[in-house]
Amino acid sequence: MTSERSEVVVIPCSGIGKTYGTVAREAAYDLCEDLRPERTRLVALAKLVLGEEQARERVRTCPAVTIDGCKLLCASKLVTHSGGRVAHEVDVLDVYRRHKELKPDGIEELNEAGRKLARVLAEEVAQAIDEMQSMAPAGGGHA
Amino acid sequence: MLRVIQAKAGIVSCSGEELAEGTVARLATLKVLHELRPAGTVTICLPLFLAGGEGDREFARYHPTITVDGCDLRCAARGTEMYSGRPAASIVVNDLVAAAGLPRPEGRRCLNDAGRQAVNLVAERLAQLVDEVARGRDPVR
Repeated sequence: MTSERSEVVVIPCSGIGKTYGTVAREAAYDLCEDLRPERTRLVALAKLVLGEEQARERVRTCPAVTIDGCKLLCASKLVTHSGGRVAHEVDVLDVYRRHKELKPDGIEELNEAGRKLARVLAEEVAQAIDEMQSMAPAGGGHA
Repeated sequence: MLRVIQAKAGIVSCSGEELAEGTVARLATLKVLHELRPAGTVTICLPLFLAGGEGDREFARYHPTITVDGCDLRCAARGTEMYSGRPAASIVVNDLVAAAGLPRPEGRRCLNDAGRQAVNLVAERLAQLVDEVARGRDPVR
């Protein structure tokens, strides 16, 4: 069953200054458009922080996955600050450390390795979402 | 010897992951930063800015900022005003595209032709605003 409550919100940092922010953004699109479109919803970070009610409500009622481009973990911190629960947090740098062959380059447009890194990250998160949902009680989300 | 130091403008772009207009804002900002006005601009990372990045907030307090938003929610403009000060100028992609009579951009992940046209339009307007800010003129908003 897919209900509003069993949806997972996905929030990338989309940091504009470094290639890892672009990887975070691309991975979020991979996840929400290709891998788990029926169970995930992309939420723009700035909209959430600046108080758009629908975005806040989603984050308060659904588990969140954050994808950050650097160790500052802005997306993760801001979701928590907005009253959400981070069910799974990913730092692109950690994934890159495990896949050194995929060195990302480019901010406007990622190179091939960057796109592959985004895909690998998205696949790992998709698996984490599957595990999270298989363990959750019927009906999904959290109170 | 007298050295003239050019004041840099900080560009704050919305991240707008949900809309094609957000992608337009991001790509136009990067075009100005890397191609059109590399010497006169820096970007301010909006997530870091909102999360309390003191360096970015301080820069925006003491340097002119230009915000680029994808939609009428104007998250970049409101965030800048909230944490640092009123932006010197603001652009909303939706408004600029409508005023130019261009079709609405589509494809948040990969822009269509209209989206690519919008990137050029927004980047040109942004570069113009950067020049006005550098000349010390109050830009026409």
